[in-house]
Amino acid sequence: MKVLVPIKRVIDANIKVRVKADQSGVELNNVKMAMNPFCEIAVEEAIRLREAGTVDEVIAVAVGTGQSQETLRTALAMGADRAILVETDLAPEPLAVAKLLKALVDKEAPGLVILGKQAIDGDNNQTGQMLAGLLGWSIGSFVSRLQIEGETVRVTREVDGGLENIELASPAIITVDLRLNEPRYASLPNIMKAKKKPLDTVTATELGVDVAPRLEVLKVVEPPARAAGVRVSSAAELVEKLRNEAKVI
Amino acid sequence: MSILVIGEHDNTSLRAATLNTVTAATALGAEIDLLIAGSNCQGAADEAATVDGITRVLISDDPSLADGLAENLAPLLQQIAGDYTHVLAPATTFGKNLLPRAAALLDVQQISDISLIEAPDTFVRPIYAGNALETVRSTDSLKLITVRTSAFDPAGQSGAAPIEAVSGGHDAGLSKFVGEELTRSERPELTTADIIVSGGRGMQSSENFQMLEKLADKLGAAVGASRAAVDAGYVPNDYQVGQTGKVVAPTVYIAVGISGAIQHLAGMKDSKVIVAINKDEEAPIFQVADYGWVADLFEAIPQFEAALDSPAS
Repeated sequence: MKVLVPIKRVIDANIKVRVKADQSGVELNNVKMAMNPFCEIAVEEAIRLREAGTVDEVIAVAVGTGQSQETLRTALAMGADRAILVETDLAPEPLAVAKLLKALVDKEAPGLVILGKQAIDGDNNQTGQMLAGLLGWSIGSFVSRLQIEGETVRVTREVDGGLENIELASPAIITVDLRLNEPRYASLPNIMKAKKKPLDTVTATELGVDVAPRLEVLKVVEPPARAAGVRVSSAAELVEKLRNEAKVI
Repeated sequence: MSILVIGEHDNTSLRAATLNTVTAATALGAEIDLLIAGSNCQGAADEAATVDGITRVLISDDPSLADGLAENLAPLLQQIAGDYTHVLAPATTFGKNLLPRAAALLDVQQISDISLIEAPDTFVRPIYAGNALETVRSTDSLKLITVRTSAFDPAGQSGAAPIEAVSGGHDAGLSKFVGEELTRSERPELTTADIIVSGGRGMQSSENFQMLEKLADKLGAAVGASRAAVDAGYVPNDYQVGQTGKVVAPTVYIAVGISGAIQHLAGMKDSKVIVAINKDEEAPIFQVADYGWVADLFEAIPQFEAALDSPAS
C-alpha cells in the first residue's frame, strides 16, 4: 500500500510573526521557514507504518512555490521515498489544495492519506476533511492513535470532551494531532541521501484544477495589545486586587 | 438571506457552543433555522426550540446520525444547504470535523473560526495563533462558516420555536463509532467557565494538579492546562488550552507554572483578567498578565487558597 503525505511550508513555529505595514499580510521575507509541525507528525507516522511493513511507499506532496522543494527534501531526509511538488505562484486556499490532492490521489491510488490537522499559518483546519469529502472516503480527524488491521483502520481521536474511538473503511484520510508520535530528526547521512531521491514537479494546470481564490483578503492587522499589568508580592495582595480593583471574584 | 445553524448536541441536550453560534448568526440579521441531526434526538430538539433568535428547529432523526459522523452528516447538509445563504457551525472538534467536508461537497471555500462579522460576506478571523487578524470577503454565493465560540456571547433560552422534521440521513458505510472515553467532572466546562485555573509544566506531576483542583473548587473554576502538561501526561488532552486545543476567554484566567509559549497565549489572551504565578520572572506569560506574582507555585497556591478564606475588606 502507498501512503500520500501532503505537507506545508510555513513560518517556523518559534518565530513571532510580524504584520506588514501595508496590512496586506504577514512578513515572509527573510523569515525562517520550516515544515508545519503537524505535517512532521504525519510524515513520521507514514514512515513508521512503512517500517512496520504495513506500507510499501511513502510519497510526500507539497503545494506551493519552488521553495517548497526544501520542505519536501526534509520529508525525504526523514525517510519518505519520493516527493511531488504541485507548483503554484501563490498559496492556494484549502479547497483548491484539496482538489489538487484529489487529482494526485486519482493518479497514485494510495490506500491512505495522512495530513496534519491544521497548518499553523492560516489555522484553517480544512484540507483533510475537504479531501475526504471530494474523494468520498472515510476520515479520522485529530488522531492520537492509529492502527491498521487489514481493511479496517482504527483510530483514537482527540475531541473536546476527551477521546473518541472510531473504525474507518479503507481507503481513509487521517489528520493527525500532537500526541500521535514524536517526529524524528533527519540524520546528516539521510539528508545527503535525500538529495538523490526522486522529486517530481507538476502544475495545477496539468492537474486540471482551477486554483482561483474564493476569499479576498481585505486586510491583515495586529491584534490589540494587552496593557502592561502590575506585579503583586503576596497572596493577600493578589486576592485584594482581584476583589476590589478588578472586581472579578 | 437565510441562515442555518448546525446544532451540536448529545441527542438528549444541546451543547453550549450552539448558543454562541446562534449569537453569531443573529449578527447577520436574517431568519435562523437550527438543525438538530441525531438519533432519538427529540430531547436536544426540544431544548433547541427554546434558543432565542431562531425561527424554527429542523430535526433529522436517523440511527446513522447518532454519533456525529461526518461521512453521514455531510450529505444531509449538502441536501438542505441550498435553501440558505449562510451555514454556521461552532469551531469545536465536531464543527471542524464536519463543515469542511460539507463545504467540499458544495464547492464552497469555508471561512474558519470567525471572531467578528463585519458584513454578511465579510469576516474577521485570527491567523498565526492569533498573532494577526485577517479580514476576508467571501465571493461564494453560499457561505460556510465556523464560529470561534469564545468571541460571541451565548444566546438566551426563553423562546418557543416550532420544530419541523426533515428527512435525510443514511449510513454511508464508511465509518463506525466504537466508543469514547470522556473526562467526567463536576467542575464547569472549560469553554464556558467564568474562571479558569490552568497548570503547566511547572506542576511537575498529576498529583500536584490536585492542588490546582482544590483552588479551582474554591473559586468555582474550571481546570485547564498547557500543552506541556498534557504531553507529560499530568492531565487528559481535553484540558489543553491553546492554538490547537481549546480557545477560552473567561473573566479570570489564572496561569500557574505556565511559561506562556505563543501557542498557549493564542488560546487564552482574550480573557478579561489574566493572573500569572511563576517563579521565573522572565517568563513570557507576565507580558500578558494583569496581575503577575513571581513565586514558587508550591508555596503560592496554598497561600492563595488561604487568602480566599479571609473576609473581603
